[in-house]
Amino acid sequence: MVDSTMVLAGQTIAYTLYVIVILALMAWFAYKITRAGKESPVKPSLFYSFVALLVVIGVSLHIVTHETIPWKPLDLNRADITADAEFNIVIADHQFTLPSDKLIIKQGQLVRFNVESKDLTYGFGLFRADNSMVFQMQVLPGHKNDILWKFDRLETYSIRSTEYSGWKGINMIVRDAIDVVQ
Amino acid sequence: MTLIQTFLRGEKGLFKAESLTPMQKLALRFVVVGLIYYGFVVFEGVIMRIYEIQPFSYVTHEQFFAILTAHPLVGIFGSTYAIVFGAFLFLVPFLMKKPLWSIKLANWTLWLTTIGTLTFWLAGFVSHYSPLYTLYWPLPADFTQFSVLGGTFFILGVALVMVGTLFFVLNIFKTITYTPEGWEKQPGCALIKSALGLTGLSNLFTRKKQEHLVSLPVAAVARGTVDMAFNAIIITFTGVLILIYMVAALFGENLQHSLIDALLYKNWFWWGLDLIADGLVLIFVAGTWYLLATLITGKKLFMENIARAALFVEMVVSWTVWSHHLMSDQAQPGILKILSGEMVTAFELITQGLAFFITLATLWSARPLKMTPPLKFLLGGLLGFALAVPAGIMQADLGLNRILHNTQWVVGPHVHVAVLVGLSMTLYSAIYFLLPILTNGAKLYSEKLANIHFWAHLIGGIGMGAFMGMAGLHGMLRRTLYFNGEFNTYMILAGLCGALLLLAFLVFFINIVMTVGLNGVIGIFSPAKIKTKDLLPKTE
Ligand code: HEM
Repeated sequence: MVDSTMVLAGQTIAYTLYVIVILALMAWFAYKITRAGKESPVKPSLFYSFVALLVVIGVSLHIVTHETIPWKPLDLNRADITADAEFNIVIADHQFTLPSDKLIIKQGQLVRFNVESKDLTYGFGLFRADNSMVFQMQVLPGHKNDILWKFDRLETYSIRSTEYSGWKGINMIVRDAIDVVQ
Repeated sequence: MTLIQTFLRGEKGLFKAESLTPMQKLALRFVVVGLIYYGFVVFEGVIMRIYEIQPFSYVTHEQFFAILTAHPLVGIFGSTYAIVFGAFLFLVPFLMKKPLWSIKLANWTLWLTTIGTLTFWLAGFVSHYSPLYTLYWPLPADFTQFSVLGGTFFILGVALVMVGTLFFVLNIFKTITYTPEGWEKQPGCALIKSALGLTGLSNLFTRKKQEHLVSLPVAAVARGTVDMAFNAIIITFTGVLILIYMVAALFGENLQHSLIDALLYKNWFWWGLDLIADGLVLIFVAGTWYLLATLITGKKLFMENIARAALFVEMVVSWTVWSHHLMSDQAQPGILKILSGEMVTAFELITQGLAFFITLATLWSARPLKMTPPLKFLLGGLLGFALAVPAGIMQADLGLNRILHNTQWVVGPHVHVAVLVGLSMTLYSAIYFLLPILTNGAKLYSEKLANIHFWAHLIGGIGMGAFMGMAGLHGMLRRTLYFNGEFNTYMILAGLCGALLLLAFLVFFINIVMTVGLNGVIGIFSPAKIKTKDLLPKTE
């Protein structure tokens, strides 16, 4: 499965290119308006083409991500999908309680995490050894908080709360809590 | 003049506080308060920047999060609201060519927002109350972590600001609709319809077009003010709810947190909060761009009718986008995430894109223009939103939000670039433009300092956003602390950019003080000598 590193690399390239273009455009514009030019106003057709371009970008972004980011359709349809494995995790008093010391996942398995909060609003995220994020979700008390994820890389992940839950919550990390094995 | 004389009396002694009308004083007082609170925000920001490189022992973790709680609230309510209130309480009557409905009420707004901000800032400073501005339930009522008394004062401070805000709303709408003494009866109903965009809307469906009774910038102010009113109501309602828990705790009674549904609460609170971020800020900014572009060029706005319609769409959009803050809440219905979170949010790209294009096209029509400080800062403001809006559109995607939510990406390229580069530079443009009008011709002390202000702010703002964004893309979370220098390369670079922002502010502050002089600043706060409801003094 395409993972977050790849998606974020794509985003970095796209956004960086955009930033370069818009910086160059504004610099050019700032230079040009200080120079005398023809008395020609901007043509409405240019304006309408620009609007059309924005519409196309606005709509196509979400279609493209739906087709290329595998966890997007998975997430939307997760109620109807059966997972290969399921883990129930509880958070209370700024502590994670896992079903076992280490959560072992077989490579290629589709896993559902059900995370319950007994008190505050928390977050639940998986992180690689280099601190980059695999995914995260919010964990609200009194609600079902579940996420489906397909693990196809042999890696070890840490769990971390990704939402601020007061200053007591800054150490909510369970290091190397998840092992994906063959 | 010597440096000391200029410091005391202002550049060439041109600024005379006693020549100001009560309305000029009012507007200037708001601006001074707003700039002082902006100073608070910058210093707090720089403290946090250093702390995110290496937590240091003078500031405890509790204190850090208290700063993180106060920082955006002081920035929005103490600084931005104050400057916006001052500018619009002056500009609406200016553009409507009639006196403000009530100067007294406007003074109440000034003092309520100033004292309210100081109250919640002090409450946070002393008690370390730190549920952050999002107040996710039941954190604000978690008295195992926070002091009840500190929290009570904090909420009361915010409530004072909200009352001041509602007074502002009333003053703006009354000013648009009322009939001043000795005037012919004003068509209040038609004026309000025009201001809210209903006239424009009905014109779309009728042959006989009604004329627009209010100018476009006034329409923008009115529409943004509607969002401001809704927002104030939601924040006040939430504050009262939290206060109930606090008062009960003060009397030794612990109310159950589960009486309130955390998801429902998060929906209504974000619905209200988003009326600031995606509502009034965008609408006010668009209106200010249009006003500045027409004032700087002396030309008619490009595609004015479309701009009017876009402002209306923007207001409706701002009522329906809140779900993009709940994309990672699994219990939030999927349909809301797609419709409100993804689709309606995409409209912001269109409405803000239109405002961007229309402003640029208006400027283009007046070539050649002199690159004055207002024009420079206006271009900076436009650039800020051109960078920050697409960053926001990206994170409002279900796929991308899964890996961006609560990372530094959100607070970097999106929040700080929008606020510091987009919003603040637009406000600076307005301040530089209005300065001679509000001061009866005071001359800016130094164009060079204004230039340093511009570049340091622009590079600092974009740079800080960029480095925070890079850290976020590598997994760095917002609202937490790292103790082993995990993201230090980015944090040190962001820190340097933070220092540039501080430099920019100091340079600007010195430039303004040297322009009006210390005596002038004090004079702004003394009672006006001229008794008039007019905006500007009569010229003989
Ligand atoms: C001028 C220099 C500024 C600096 C150096 C600065 C710095 C920072 C830092 C370091 C954070 C913490 C990010 C994190 O790790 O969560 C932060 C958060 C934030 N800042 Fe600023 N900031 C500045 C100005 C502003 C202004 C003017 C505003 C708005 C009016 C603002 C709004 C925010 C918001 C909304 C947050 C997120 C708070 C939260 O997560 O609860 N900042 N800022």
